[in-house]
Amino acid sequence: MSSHDSHAQGHHEMGFIRKWVFSTDHKVIGIQYAVTAMLFLLFGFFLILMLRWQLAHPNTAIPIIGGFLPESWANGGVMTPDFYNVIGAMHGTIMVFLGVVPLSVGGFGNYLLPIQVGAQDMAFPKLNMASYWVFFIGGVIMFASFFLPGGPAANGWTSYPPLSVVAQNGQTMWLLGMVFLITSSLLGSVNFIVTGVQLRTKGMSFFRMPLFVWAQLVTSFLLLLAFPPLEAAGVLQLMDRVFGSSFFLPSGLIVSGEKLTVSGGGNPILWQHLFWFLAHPEVYVLILPAFGIVAEVIATNTRKPIYGYQTLIYSMVFLGFMSFFVWAHHMFMTGMGTNLSNFFQATTMIISVPSVIILTTLLLTLWGASIRYTVPMLFALAFLPMFAIGGLTGLPLGLAAADIHLHDTYYVIGHFHYVVAPGTLFGLFAGVYHWFPKVTGRKTNVALGKLHFWISFLAINGVFFPMFFQGMAGVSRRLYDPMVYAHVAHSQGLTVLSSYCSFILGAAQFLFLANIIYSAFKGKKVESDNPWESTTLEWATATPPPHENFPTPLEVFRGPYEYGLTPKGYSPQHLQEA
Amino acid sequence: MTETTSWMPADAFAPRTAESPYGWGLPLNISTHGAGIDQLINILHWFCLALFVGWGLYFLYCLVRFRARPGHQPNPMLNHFKLPTFLEVGVAIFEVAILVFLAAPVWGSYKNDFPDEKDALVVRITAEQFAWNVHYPGRDGKFGKTDINLIDGTNTIGLDRNDADAKDDIFTINNLHIPVNKKVIAYIHSKDVIHSFFLPVMRVKQDAVPGMTNKVWFEANQTGSFEIACAQLCGNSHFRMRGQFLVDTPEAYQAFLVEEEKALSEASQ
Repeated sequence: MSSHDSHAQGHHEMGFIRKWVFSTDHKVIGIQYAVTAMLFLLFGFFLILMLRWQLAHPNTAIPIIGGFLPESWANGGVMTPDFYNVIGAMHGTIMVFLGVVPLSVGGFGNYLLPIQVGAQDMAFPKLNMASYWVFFIGGVIMFASFFLPGGPAANGWTSYPPLSVVAQNGQTMWLLGMVFLITSSLLGSVNFIVTGVQLRTKGMSFFRMPLFVWAQLVTSFLLLLAFPPLEAAGVLQLMDRVFGSSFFLPSGLIVSGEKLTVSGGGNPILWQHLFWFLAHPEVYVLILPAFGIVAEVIATNTRKPIYGYQTLIYSMVFLGFMSFFVWAHHMFMTGMGTNLSNFFQATTMIISVPSVIILTTLLLTLWGASIRYTVPMLFALAFLPMFAIGGLTGLPLGLAAADIHLHDTYYVIGHFHYVVAPGTLFGLFAGVYHWFPKVTGRKTNVALGKLHFWISFLAINGVFFPMFFQGMAGVSRRLYDPMVYAHVAHSQGLTVLSSYCSFILGAAQFLFLANIIYSAFKGKKVESDNPWESTTLEWATATPPPHENFPTPLEVFRGPYEYGLTPKGYSPQHLQEA
Repeated sequence: MTETTSWMPADAFAPRTAESPYGWGLPLNISTHGAGIDQLINILHWFCLALFVGWGLYFLYCLVRFRARPGHQPNPMLNHFKLPTFLEVGVAIFEVAILVFLAAPVWGSYKNDFPDEKDALVVRITAEQFAWNVHYPGRDGKFGKTDINLIDGTNTIGLDRNDADAKDDIFTINNLHIPVNKKVIAYIHSKDVIHSFFLPVMRVKQDAVPGMTNKVWFEANQTGSFEIACAQLCGNSHFRMRGQFLVDTPEAYQAFLVEEEKALSEASQ
């Protein structure tokens, strides 16, 4: 990528379409990904708020919105069971595949990975553009499925057959959408790996790379190796639905009193193996980029090196590797015996070790620090205990005997939301506030940011913590009416608490939206290219960074987190003199 | 079932009894194998709590002591801390111990210690959208033949009444009666989609997967009326796939059988 000449000739005369729509600039693509993903996050969140209304006030009309929904979704404003299941399935799908991953990998990864390794762009800029547009098509297909006569998929984000195979057409759209989303991820991951390995600037050895880059590299390997089995499985399920094959359908199915006319001989459990072979590594795809972001923010705002930088890297790599060997802990109840379950319980206990190490190193980094309580730092600090709750509650679920009672209850929902919502999403908020000045050249409003943080932090715990009590009580997931079962109705008070906290959480996000939209256009301009006094390379270039990032390639002289070693307080990687 | 619930029911954390089996947290356990599961769940949560509180105190201390303020300089702390390494190793040892000495044995006994079928009540549970069919072998202890071609609105399991073993077979819908203090073996399968057979008070959960038969055993040591829940999304009425789970005294169980046999002979006349 030594294309100074082309840079000198100037890409600056590109038209609007070439520059902002069909761009090959990784930074523009990153922004495209981030904006699209945030819109989907809002949409997915809005869906679940309607569901939370139904749970808190079963069989009462959804205020305001209920009247605008079609009859099959909300009868007289009251949510139907079918629409409830639609929301359950699409909330999960949208948040995971169209929200969090595109934001953390597509958005942050695209924007930052090349700059942080000192590259001018991704290794394959056109592939990068293709990756975004294939993702976009996948998103359009998913969104369009809401306008099908039968509505979108309603079979859980896991789409277990036979339910998903005998379901309405929305499921076909879901599978088609997934094929596009997976293809997009594969294109992206190849690009990330090649860029991270090949385009590092002079002096940027592997052990001088920022942790964010490491996290993205491990994530890319997970996407590259884990997604193809799901893509294959998706195509097989598509065959079952559209062409009458029976990969996942056993013989002799009687659905609604009618014998199903399929050849049979398939196995529904096969889908679960293929699905979870992706979906467990996917959990680490969701969390690793957040680890990376949090590490950057913590290093900058503690003004000292990350404790155990190399240990953290080895832990992330080991975590990624192990994540391929734990998938069947999602399947203890399918009829698994002792041999298989012992293996998967053991691997699950092993994978908890690197997670604990990562958390410990970040906590130890605080010792001796000089903590600046900036808005991104608040989110990054909150990430630590929230991720701890998410991780610790994984322990009972990872042991088959305890899982007998807890499997598929609200305990599971509480567990993975603690990892992904106050975990990953807080990490992503930290990232948005941290890099906003670099991307836009303007600062966000600190008071609004702090208000956003505190309301979100309190509300989100109110949403998810009660779920542990409910899960222990045996409250199953995906129940439309919480009043049918006595053991569920007993904790209705917690359901109401959880719902109202989710409404407050929803309202708090308008503070965030108002802040970033206003600040992007009218925010206070940054006076320096390095407003946080940070060490990594993205702060060494202009603000916002120009096309191809660096007018002349930088050379790197030291590791990424040399804070507090000189009187100046920080030693940027690209400066020879500390 | 429209129980009026105040925000926090009085029995949320009260000791569980057969009259008040549910609350916030674990429900009553009336199974003989469930104590091990509850013990495991409890130990794990005390362990998690201890770690979280320990980390939390350290964390809060750091937040206050190491806050940026005039005159405070960060210390890069480049040396290695020993204590956390011991903590890591401690956590790992705890996990291995709990897996080897508690989790694996409890799961192993739940999965493997099946009673002899001669000494147990054997039932077949067939899940469908959105009901639980319970099939008892009757006095002869033998299940009659079933055939999916015979399934209709009333014969929901396709029982072949012409088969000699089927004459005395009983089947009920959404109603599982078992006698107290007797081991029960349940063969669980599904006619259509995946369901999950869940007895919260028994610490029993087993997916009902079409095309295969899963087997669980359990033994109740208290009588009472409880719930069967479906724990796996199975369609739009998943939420009301509720069954009754009745643990009877031996006398009440006999009365139930007699009642069902009477209904059977009336129906066949």
